[in-house]
Amino acid sequence: MISNGDAVIEVRRLEKTFTVMQKTGRLRRTRQQVQAVAGVDFTVEAGEMVGYIGPNGAGKSTTIKMLTGILVPSGGTIRVVGLEPSRRRVELARRIGVVFGQRTQLWWDLPLRDSFELLRHVYRVAPDRHAQNLAAFIELLDMGPFLDTPVRQLSLGQRMRGDLTAALLHDPEIVYLDEPTIGLDVVSKAQVREFLANVNRERGTTVLLTTHDLADIERLCRRVMIIDHGRVIYDGELETIKQRFGTERTLVVDLEEPGPPIEVEGAEVVKVEGPRQWLRFKRTDVTAADLVARVAAHAHLVDLSVEEPDIEGVVRRIYVEGLDP
Amino acid sequence: MGEVFAVYRRLAGAKLRGDLQYRASFVMFFAGQFLITFLDFVAIAVVFGRVTTLGGWSLYQVAFLYGASGVAFGLSDMFVSQVEYVPQRIRLGTFDSLLIRPVSSLLQVVAEDFAPRRMGKVLQAAIILGVAVAKLHLAWTVGRVAMTVCMVLSGTLIFSAIWIAGGAACFWLLEGQEVMNSVTYGGNFMTQYPIHIYGAWLRRLLAFVTGTAFVAYFPALYILDKPDPLGLPSFMPFLSPAVAVVACVLAGAFWRVAIRHYRSTGS
Repeated sequence: MISNGDAVIEVRRLEKTFTVMQKTGRLRRTRQQVQAVAGVDFTVEAGEMVGYIGPNGAGKSTTIKMLTGILVPSGGTIRVVGLEPSRRRVELARRIGVVFGQRTQLWWDLPLRDSFELLRHVYRVAPDRHAQNLAAFIELLDMGPFLDTPVRQLSLGQRMRGDLTAALLHDPEIVYLDEPTIGLDVVSKAQVREFLANVNRERGTTVLLTTHDLADIERLCRRVMIIDHGRVIYDGELETIKQRFGTERTLVVDLEEPGPPIEVEGAEVVKVEGPRQWLRFKRTDVTAADLVARVAAHAHLVDLSVEEPDIEGVVRRIYVEGLDP
Repeated sequence: MGEVFAVYRRLAGAKLRGDLQYRASFVMFFAGQFLITFLDFVAIAVVFGRVTTLGGWSLYQVAFLYGASGVAFGLSDMFVSQVEYVPQRIRLGTFDSLLIRPVSSLLQVVAEDFAPRRMGKVLQAAIILGVAVAKLHLAWTVGRVAMTVCMVLSGTLIFSAIWIAGGAACFWLLEGQEVMNSVTYGGNFMTQYPIHIYGAWLRRLLAFVTGTAFVAYFPALYILDKPDPLGLPSFMPFLSPAVAVVACVLAGAFWRVAIRHYRSTGS
């Protein structure tokens, strides 16, 4: 039996190299080795919720696919609940859940309810346990109104709720989520986050999630691993990263007419494009509300928005400024 | 084993329910295939309009061969040919979701794309086979009945093994579907005629490489009581089940190797 604090995922010097054929002439092609994952080490303990973030092409999805056993590593070792995923894939599948945000594992032409019923047979879940889990998830995710709708007619947010349920109905010990909030609106995103927090808290499910949305991580994960070019460049508390690199936000304002860069205390104009200006500020120096008030004192505002730092921005700053204090 | 079959039944049933949402398309595909496969047989009938025997075989004897291989191919087409969609699944990235479930990926591929609309082919071949049997006035001994059943089952397995091997090859050749179809549909075409009408190298290929001569030709020699013009040992007809089992084991092993070479798609 696994209890909180035991290592459930152990990854050592993990590597994955793809051979890509590149066209170099009319007919000639040369082999090129692309290293998607280049020596990754980490351990995840039971009950943890870890954010695995990095820019596009950093190796996040490749790592997750090796953890599930879909891809065979080129080097290094993986142990998930003590099993080697690529050799024991089918056995491991019963104990893990996976959500690929970009695609669905539900049956496209059938009502959502039917997909859950099919999965009960695929995972051989006892009928009463299945019914109990399903009832709980339907309530948590508010799926009642669209349970009998064919999956192809569901909105993205509804489908994602279905996919989350599909990944969790068999009581997996670990769930991997690859971009679970991609493309969702603010309300759906919040619902997905609440749900995941609940599952982790109430069921003790270990969660490893990749995302582009720092807000997902902020809401859910104390620990974050940042990967870039196939290597883990940071593994630790989210708070540390946030204080050091995630403090900079950008206020975007649309003025009534083009003008010179606005000069206000606590912010600096980084870009001007016609009547639109971008002001960078630190959340530690000034609140967004105060800043808006200061800008409004200078010019007539038509519209405004606040941009949060994204993963790419954080990674860029880690490179520029370095991690050492 | 029972559990595997239960999962298969569920998944195939789900596909059927999904298909029935597009009833018109289902019916048209079924009818279309039924009619088009008759044209295959018309080609044979046209040949017999010019000659009375083909390699020493009468029209109804060739019809028997055609029907038997057609039923076997049709069944494999209905139950297993779905592996030809593997390249699409790989390209769309939906193959990943099969690999995260605790059921064999091959079972899921064939069950999730179960194609009852391809029944048309089986039905057409069965009718030809029935007519041939009626016209040939065979003496139905226990041996002949057993060999006929064995022929259809072994033939189905041999064609299925070829489909699976072709599907596995697609993990390397994503555009391999056309090559694969030339082997499968082409293989079916070749089995509709007595193999001794072909040249020596093609005969050897069908008998010893693809194994498709064991689908209908060798068993038919026994059932129709024809001498083997090639002088092969008289136990050849009895080898069909063994060839079928070996073919399936090899195809299954090849599939497992292929899965370990799966590269998935980006993101």
